[in-house]
Amino acid sequence: MRNIALFAVIGLLIVAEGFTGSWNTALGILNMGLISAILALGVNMQWGYAGLFNVGVVGFVALGGLAPVLISTPPTEGAMAAGGWRILLALIVGVASIGLAIAINRRAAGKMRVLGILAVLIGGFFLYRAIFDPAVEAVEAINPARAGNIGGLDLPVLLSWPIGGVFAAAAAWVIGKTALGLRSDYLAIATLGIGEIIVAIMKNEDWLARGVKNVINIPRPVPYEVDLQADPGFVERAAGLGMDPVTASTIFVKILYGCLFLAVLLILIWLTEKALNSPWGRMMRAIRDNEVAAEAMGKDVTLRHLQVFILGSAVCGMAGAMIVTLDSQLTPGTYHPLRFTFLIWVMVIVGGSGNNWGAVLGGMLIWYLWVKVEPWGQAVMDLVTSGLADGSALKAHLQASTAHMRLMTMGLVLLLVLRFAPRGLIPEK
Amino acid sequence: MEFLNAIVALANFVLIPATSYGAQLALGALGVTMIYGILRFSNFAHGDTMALGTAFAILITWGLQGMGVSLGPLPTALLALPVAIGLTGLVMLATDRAVYRFYRRKKVVPVILVIVSMGVMFVMNGITRFLIGVDEIRFSDGARFLINAREFKQSTGLDEGLALRTTQVLTVVTAVAVVALLFWFLNHTRTGKSMRAFSDNEDLALLSGINPERVVMYAWLIAGALATTAGVLYGLDKSFKAFTYFQLLLPIFASAIVGGLGNPVGAIAGGFLIAYSEVAVTYAFKKVVSYLVPEAWEPSGLMQLLSTDYKFAVSFTILIIVLLFKPTGLFKGKAV
Repeated sequence: MRNIALFAVIGLLIVAEGFTGSWNTALGILNMGLISAILALGVNMQWGYAGLFNVGVVGFVALGGLAPVLISTPPTEGAMAAGGWRILLALIVGVASIGLAIAINRRAAGKMRVLGILAVLIGGFFLYRAIFDPAVEAVEAINPARAGNIGGLDLPVLLSWPIGGVFAAAAAWVIGKTALGLRSDYLAIATLGIGEIIVAIMKNEDWLARGVKNVINIPRPVPYEVDLQADPGFVERAAGLGMDPVTASTIFVKILYGCLFLAVLLILIWLTEKALNSPWGRMMRAIRDNEVAAEAMGKDVTLRHLQVFILGSAVCGMAGAMIVTLDSQLTPGTYHPLRFTFLIWVMVIVGGSGNNWGAVLGGMLIWYLWVKVEPWGQAVMDLVTSGLADGSALKAHLQASTAHMRLMTMGLVLLLVLRFAPRGLIPEK
Repeated sequence: MEFLNAIVALANFVLIPATSYGAQLALGALGVTMIYGILRFSNFAHGDTMALGTAFAILITWGLQGMGVSLGPLPTALLALPVAIGLTGLVMLATDRAVYRFYRRKKVVPVILVIVSMGVMFVMNGITRFLIGVDEIRFSDGARFLINAREFKQSTGLDEGLALRTTQVLTVVTAVAVVALLFWFLNHTRTGKSMRAFSDNEDLALLSGINPERVVMYAWLIAGALATTAGVLYGLDKSFKAFTYFQLLLPIFASAIVGGLGNPVGAIAGGFLIAYSEVAVTYAFKKVVSYLVPEAWEPSGLMQLLSTDYKFAVSFTILIIVLLFKPTGLFKGKAV
């Protein structure tokens, strides 16, 4: 009952936004809220089910965001021939030398081991750079103002959502393999690092997705507003509803996006609920609550951790692909850890860690607050400073600093929830 | 001559910057390790504590500059530093009282404290932005160079210039002084000894009548002081920007863990190890090499292993390698 009421409150908040503000912003909040809910589900799988502390969410989101570019944009003319294949070869060389080093580490012993690993890694690195650098130069030289990257495969953009998940899962496998056997704090630091590195790669490897030059005009799974406005049938129906075609088209597109996101969210909830209530879910919770006991019962703790870490990261990657699809552009400069890692954590904790519905609720509620705190802060500040003289330095400073209210509010919300309702709004059963 | 040129170039672009950066990292890592040793959790708010402490120092510096106070050749911020340390200490104590104490009494698992520190990080980040904004701020004044590149060239007749900035020397001198003070405190005062005892074995320390609240209080004060000093030195050396300080969290943690969490000597060694590797791996060695080899062998590329944009990857890789082969760090740290 209480849970339904909580979701109803979110619904009411968004509807209220529609009536007091505009339906466009209300739907915008709803769409991003749905994606946030998916992100929160992903982090909840790692933290809530298994107690894994992942603070590199931003990296997995960014990596997922790469998928729409590589899958659905048209290929750059001649890029593969100029250097694309050679880049691929260089990457294979790089991966192969790391693999060889790992194999030597397992097989060889003593002095040979250290020397072998060093030789393979150093030799591999220089070979990689020798193939990689000229190839990148060749690719980036192709029409740098508009392309300069390898482009994509020209496939439907919806396909990129699961592929984004696969990208993130692959990264999660690598990081999980190295860091999951270690202590929880170390996993946190390791994921923090990998998050920063993935974002740095996205910003700097121009051949991949143009780096900070951004990729725009990524194909959409829904019709374009201008096409709808040019469609007489649509204009007629909009007029029938008493709306002008411009507003009607933007709202229609947003509703379509919303339906897609909702469908993904519902499938994920169905899957996660099934998983959580299955023997697998009980095993995960048993491992989380007492690793030693679970290990004594013959459960492979590290393997299970790896499994759930990969699954959760895949969900985050998928959400990343969805964000890029919604924006129709990839802007690596916007992947900020406070926004894409720590905010998601606030969502999970506030919603109720370990509970899927809680994560969804937290995702939508915190996203709503994140959007609304700024105008509210502005209003409060206007009230506070109304007594001050116009043009005074203090007033100007206070007015300008409302933009920073968000972080403080989110921190306070997190601290208050942790203190007074540590199990979140919808606690785990 | 060519050999001397190579050495000067190396010193100018690698050794000197890496030494001052290493000193800054070491101070930051000491703060992290201190909190870990006493309170037993990784404090994610440390980067933002540095930012907040530096913001205090900048505001006071501006105030002093407005009053016309200056230290001559030294940056005015040095005068502001003690006051800023005091203010940060107050903030730390208030945070502990309002936030951490509750969880300490409940004896929660460390990872909850890490999440709590994430909340503190958000709030501190917000306060810093509120106080001073998000822009890049340079607040270093006084003499800029101790050794000027042009004068060095003229007086030695070498092709390569050597520049030694005041802030770089200041960083190292201050860091040495602070570290000496810290070790004296830990090894020779009653409070310091009780802190070490508490860090080694909490139960035994409690049994021998050490007041845990007092130990925790000192830990926060010291961490705050170290964070502020590290932050101000970093800001003087480079510039202040709230987000950069947040990003410093990774190399700082890497330093502390590589050296062995909870081990002060390890934190210092880790800081320098990370700093030297970061600068050396991202420096383009073309210039140095071209002095050393005959002209015909001169490298065509930049001889740069990684672009500076990937400097985080260096601290990360070192961290992973150390963790895989020596999980308690190079110097014996704690493994809880």
